[in-house]
Amino acid sequence: MMKVFFLYPDRDFDMTAELSPLWETLVQDLGLETLFSTMAGGDKFVYQVVQRVILTRLEDPSEILYRQEILKDCLNHPELIHELYRIPLEFLDRKRKQWLWFSPRHSSPSLILSGARQLLESSLDLLHTLRTVAEKNSEHVLSKGFRRFFSMIQQELDDTYLSLVETHVKSLRFPGGVLLSAQLGKGNEGTGYLLRKPNPQTGSWITRIFSEKSPVYSFSLHPRDESGARILSELRDRGLARVANSVAQAAEHIEQFFHRLRWELSFYIGCINLEEQLKQLRAPFVFPKPYPLHEPTLSFSGLYDICLALSMGKRIVGNQLHAKNRNPLVIMGPNKGGKTTFLRSLGQAQLLMQAGMFVPAETFSANPVSGIFTHFLREEDKSMERGKFEEELQRMSQIVDRVKPNSLVLMNESFSATNEREGSEVALQVVTALLESNVKVAYVTHLYEFAHRVMEKRIPASSYISLNPLFLVAERLSDGTRTYRILEGTPLKTSYGEDLYHRVFAL
Amino acid sequence: MMEQKRYSVINPFPSSILFPYPYQEPLATEPPDCFYDLNLDQLIDTITGSKPEYDLKPLFWSPLRNVKNIQYRQEVMQDLENPTLLKKIKEFVEKMGIVRRYRALAETLDYEYHRKGWILEAVFVYTEAIQSLYLGLETEPIKSEGLRSFRTWVQQYVESEAFQILHTHAHRIKKDLSSLRYCVLLNGDRVRVKRFESERDYSTEIEQLFEKFQQGAVESYLIKYPERAGINHVEGKILELVAKLFPEPFDDLDSFLSSHEEFFDPTMITFDREIQFYLAYLDFIFELKTRGYSFCYPTVQDTCKEESVQDGFDLMVAAALMKEGKLAVKNDFSLRASERILVVTGPNQGGKTTFARMVGQIHYLASLGFPVPGTEASLFLVDKILTHFERKEEVHTHRGKLEDDLYRIHTKILQASSKSLFILNEIFTSTTLQDAIFLSKQIMTRLLELDAICVWVTFLDELSSINEKTVSMVAQVDPVDPTIRTFHVVREPADGLSYALSLAHKYRLTYEQIRERLS
Repeated sequence: MMKVFFLYPDRDFDMTAELSPLWETLVQDLGLETLFSTMAGGDKFVYQVVQRVILTRLEDPSEILYRQEILKDCLNHPELIHELYRIPLEFLDRKRKQWLWFSPRHSSPSLILSGARQLLESSLDLLHTLRTVAEKNSEHVLSKGFRRFFSMIQQELDDTYLSLVETHVKSLRFPGGVLLSAQLGKGNEGTGYLLRKPNPQTGSWITRIFSEKSPVYSFSLHPRDESGARILSELRDRGLARVANSVAQAAEHIEQFFHRLRWELSFYIGCINLEEQLKQLRAPFVFPKPYPLHEPTLSFSGLYDICLALSMGKRIVGNQLHAKNRNPLVIMGPNKGGKTTFLRSLGQAQLLMQAGMFVPAETFSANPVSGIFTHFLREEDKSMERGKFEEELQRMSQIVDRVKPNSLVLMNESFSATNEREGSEVALQVVTALLESNVKVAYVTHLYEFAHRVMEKRIPASSYISLNPLFLVAERLSDGTRTYRILEGTPLKTSYGEDLYHRVFAL
Repeated sequence: MMEQKRYSVINPFPSSILFPYPYQEPLATEPPDCFYDLNLDQLIDTITGSKPEYDLKPLFWSPLRNVKNIQYRQEVMQDLENPTLLKKIKEFVEKMGIVRRYRALAETLDYEYHRKGWILEAVFVYTEAIQSLYLGLETEPIKSEGLRSFRTWVQQYVESEAFQILHTHAHRIKKDLSSLRYCVLLNGDRVRVKRFESERDYSTEIEQLFEKFQQGAVESYLIKYPERAGINHVEGKILELVAKLFPEPFDDLDSFLSSHEEFFDPTMITFDREIQFYLAYLDFIFELKTRGYSFCYPTVQDTCKEESVQDGFDLMVAAALMKEGKLAVKNDFSLRASERILVVTGPNQGGKTTFARMVGQIHYLASLGFPVPGTEASLFLVDKILTHFERKEEVHTHRGKLEDDLYRIHTKILQASSKSLFILNEIFTSTTLQDAIFLSKQIMTRLLELDAICVWVTFLDELSSINEKTVSMVAQVDPVDPTIRTFHVVREPADGLSYALSLAHKYRLTYEQIRERLS
């Protein structure tokens, strides 16, 4: 059977699988809507596809490389991708125009049969086109994915196959009427209607059927008997149900193939769109190097928040980092210093890498993670009410419910809806326990007490873990200017809210 | 539609499966007042929901006043707990339902052989149903008076000659008709009918042609045409022509029905409805039993007010939790010697109201003759259940609400006797503490004088130790984390627990808890 396999080397992408229950939070916290919209370029369908593909992470480096190869083919031959993409679109367009009663819930077997016949008929030339594209381009592509696809098309859609379909499609007309056998069921109602092939004999169709020994009784409907006509067509439908099913399933198989082709190509269309935008901004991007799952690595240069760059329409300052086996990442420093943006860029790059895409950086390598979770302070949580703190705890608890070893948890001002001493205590317990389960944590925080205890390794008494934290600080120049760069450093007590205050109030 | 003439071929079954002869009790025409507060309205809706055609609610609205009648029903119910007997009776009532549907259908039909076809079908199912009920009852051990006398009656009926004739003729004619095979050719507005002459199956041929497309997850387009009730003028016409092709079996049908159009026995009809009362409840508790809930037959008496229930639970809570795959908490209660009033205190949302409802439900279900939630129960047969629950929907000024509360309680006390059960839930919450204590003590005094049984849910610890007639029950919290309610309600002194909040612990986010969750 015909398989597309543009997203996985050996299987279809599951278009209907449940996304992680916390995916909306992730999209919101990382600001991914801008990314999806840019990739979609106004096409809602593409939007849905890229969102789903990006949020369904790959974990196997070889699968990541499989997509990267295909994507490289796409970026090298965008016109080929668009040509291919037009085939399923044309099919779907014809389907919309010609076959309105596809759904079995609303349609009769006669309609299904005639619709399916038409659909098969009108898809034949598109299957031909597809084969032509495959023949023409099979030498131009380098990726395993495209090479497999094109050779499959050439095999499956050979002339014998296509003409077989054509013959079958045409043989299903009933010019002499529909012959049904039946018996009496409950209440003497006719039942068990079966479509029959008239016994072969010489003479015309009608005489052939009725030249046997049985007496034949007949009647005709009154020409204005509309309800009678409806009843006859229902009887006919009872007889045609199985035939209609077979033909419709054949048609649907082809339809599903086109649908999947469109679906999986849409992802690459989105990537092509994104590449164009980044090129216009002269913003760098690179195909990342995925490390094995169990080699905690994070190393990059020029990494920036792609969504911020796209929404501001300009290239922005990137950051660099080279960390092997460092956990947790604790990011501190002045407000408005670019800490949140930095945290977002980490999450985005991780997601994009695990979608098989290029990432917004000059260089990037990391191990895939088995889950990405965000715990960001919500604007409305910033009061010290107990209810807010509970809400924070509740969200963290949802994360703990789902987190697995090798996940990445991005925390932004977590546990700041209570006083510093309490917040730090909870933060330390949570982070230590996560680390012990091999969860990567990156934590933007003002909790000095927490940072200090991490630095001094004053962790819960029963913990055996040896912390290897990395502290990062948002840079502030001596004149108070923020550079939006995040550098290695040690936690400092104040977070410069005071100067922000003075600056704002001095205006 | 003609009024149907009913007759019985033998003497009717002298009693009812619901009451021993001649102790019939009158049926209520509306639900008791306590129904809403105890969630019995929802419970009975759930229980009877799938059987609206039997009009069972009046039976559920009519608690028994007589201990003997309760025993009569408990015995029938105990027999029905034999799964093979239950299965046989259920098959019977299902078939009776089908018979009724077919009969009603036939009344509406226009084409002679169509109408006769459905009556034949009804006769066929009816005789099958009774025949197999007869065989089924024969081999099952039956102890209850109710089912034994019914069995005797069924035996006589089946052995009667009239029934035997009905049975064999219906069988033969149906067999003859269903073996006929014919063909129709539909072409434009012309319909031709002839006998079937071994023409080949065309659908199978086409299916084989397209077989290769049927792999993978392709949706089925096979339209299942449902069995229809009624045929139209075209099919009526076809049927007429089929009768012309095969005259003999249709003549037989005519002569059979001319002598057997009325075949229903009225005793069967009554039994069919009344047994539903038991089946409905058994069906409902069956699912709960499979999840580990126990039900027991309570010892019910009307002389001594000592009571005891082990592992009881609120049926509606259990049913609701079942949908989430969870189990309701089970609780015990007892009244010993002169104890009359269970005073329930404890944290909010701690299961106090549920406990109170459970006590009410158990008493009510026992008075219908049903097994009740619990592993062991002995109960006093109360003459009335009087409830007073805070009504959220009633918006009043504080003063107005208090007045209203007092008025309602007063009316209930006037209705009550020493055999009544009171269920009071958080009364006087709208007034000052001092007022609430004063008023509650007054009401308490009245109830103690009356010597009625009572469950009283309150936040006033003071009420729990008024005298030897009061029993203090407390809704429990987790000893480790006081924010967790266990929903256990236990006989112990009220202590006004303080709830030291350990929020992180509550959300299972301490270092140890997370490690445990992730291990």
